[in-house]
Amino acid sequence: MELNCKHVWAHISEYIDDTVPAELRADIERHLEHCEICSAILDSTRNILVLTADDRTFELPVGFSERLHERLTRELADEANAPTMK
Amino acid sequence: MLGTFASVRQGIVKSGEAKATAERDDASLIARILAGEKELFHELIRPYERMVYMTVFAIVRNETDAEDCAQDAMVNAYRHLSKFRGDSRFKTWLTTIALNEGRQRLRRLKRSKEDSLDEPVQGDEQEIAPAPLTDWREIPSEALERKELREALRTAVAELPGIYRQIFTLRDLDELNVAETAAALGVNENIVKVRLHRARMMLQKRLAPLLKTTAPARKGFWGRMPWS
Repeated sequence: MELNCKHVWAHISEYIDDTVPAELRADIERHLEHCEICSAILDSTRNILVLTADDRTFELPVGFSERLHERLTRELADEANAPTMK
Repeated sequence: MLGTFASVRQGIVKSGEAKATAERDDASLIARILAGEKELFHELIRPYERMVYMTVFAIVRNETDAEDCAQDAMVNAYRHLSKFRGDSRFKTWLTTIALNEGRQRLRRLKRSKEDSLDEPVQGDEQEIAPAPLTDWREIPSEALERKELREALRTAVAELPGIYRQIFTLRDLDELNVAETAAALGVNENIVKVRLHRARMMLQKRLAPLLKTTAPARKGFWGRMPWS
């Protein structure tokens, strides 16, 4: 099926996640072969997800892990809070 | 080092095997903790520290509250560990605790009223058109290393409407799948897919101009805009 740009945009997210049905995927790919605009939109969306997956983009506060485990150590030391098998 | 998109996503797909191992390890660690080896709780939660922090940060939106809240969520997970039945992944169960903790904290802060995830959101059915990019060319990976791009993305995510921010965080930052995200948020899977798509398009629309300026333009490369 011949897709127009708006059809492709509507499925970009699922296309990236590889959850579009095979036939639709093939139609999208055919469109992308000749549509540089949709290819650019797809590419830029992917770049955003690459940046999101980069640990440096969304960083934990410095010392977060140490403070968390210090608190857990205090919690674990308190027998009253210990979880038990029921 | 920043990986390519393909390697990042492949990593997620490939993690299927690792996931099975992680689940088995989680189950055995939990059994041992409940049997008295409580120090193992440190080990159990170590892979999920970042996920819990990001989940609560998406709700409370400031570092201090997010850190307190993430600690409270982990403490709650420890105290209620015996209630984990293993019918979902430990990661999903922990996400649910983090979400609850975040929402409670937000209510206490009375900073803003959170949108209910179950309510239809105005505009949910409306299409969001992505930003058309003229003079676009594929961005070299070095350009994505730019610090200001990461800063702009953090800001853009923080400013997404709550329902989109939470779904984007669970799916694209915490890497929960659609079913897990739906279960954690108590919404159906279609809502997750629709809102994730909208969140990604909102980010694309906002960040595209900045992404574009990282690449040298190719004059005359683009023709007409079909929607103009």
